[in-house]
Amino acid sequence: MIILSALLITVGLLFFIGGCVGIIRLPDFYTRLHAVGTVDTMGLFFTMSGLILYLLQDFTLANVMAGLKISLIVVFFFIASPTATHAIVDAGIRGGGEPWKKRKKEGDNL
Amino acid sequence: METYIAYATIALAIFMAVPLYRAVVGPTVQDRIMGGNAIGTKTTVLLIMTGFNFDRVDMFIDISLAYAMLNFISVLAASRYFHKRKGLYKEMDR
Repeated sequence: MIILSALLITVGLLFFIGGCVGIIRLPDFYTRLHAVGTVDTMGLFFTMSGLILYLLQDFTLANVMAGLKISLIVVFFFIASPTATHAIVDAGIRGGGEPWKKRKKEGDNL
Repeated sequence: METYIAYATIALAIFMAVPLYRAVVGPTVQDRIMGGNAIGTKTTVLLIMTGFNFDRVDMFIDISLAYAMLNFISVLAASRYFHKRKGLYKEMDR
């Protein structure tokens, strides 16, 4: 159980690393937002799963309630993160930002 | 396992430097909002790991939940504020 918990936390940290690489490397604001909104949610899910599994080692009522609360945080993020992402994209589109395209001519790449 | 969670906390705190970089030098305003959002997502995990390090998980879960809600509301309010702002992309030509 401990090994599975450590593995889940490691997988979650790998997802967070993927989000960081996406934040640095991607060319546009919209693509960067895509990396943040999806990958970070999955990293949070895996990390929280590992922490819940580690918490339920001693199976008492208080620990079960704490695990339930952590899973409620995960459910809240699954609802809230797409909403925040959509709000930022909506502000960007209405502010007049064009999505990134692969330019044909040289010189003015972002 | 306790030391593993402590090392995971340190690693997560190091990863938070990348959205901080994007929030400080990001070319547009939405980049900065997005960096704040990503930092808030990582902070939610970081607070619960801190609770495991101090053996006070039941207290830190409430702090983490409140932080998640505050982060969500602040991102929503900031994006609504920049909704009808003219000249949002002027900063891109720096």
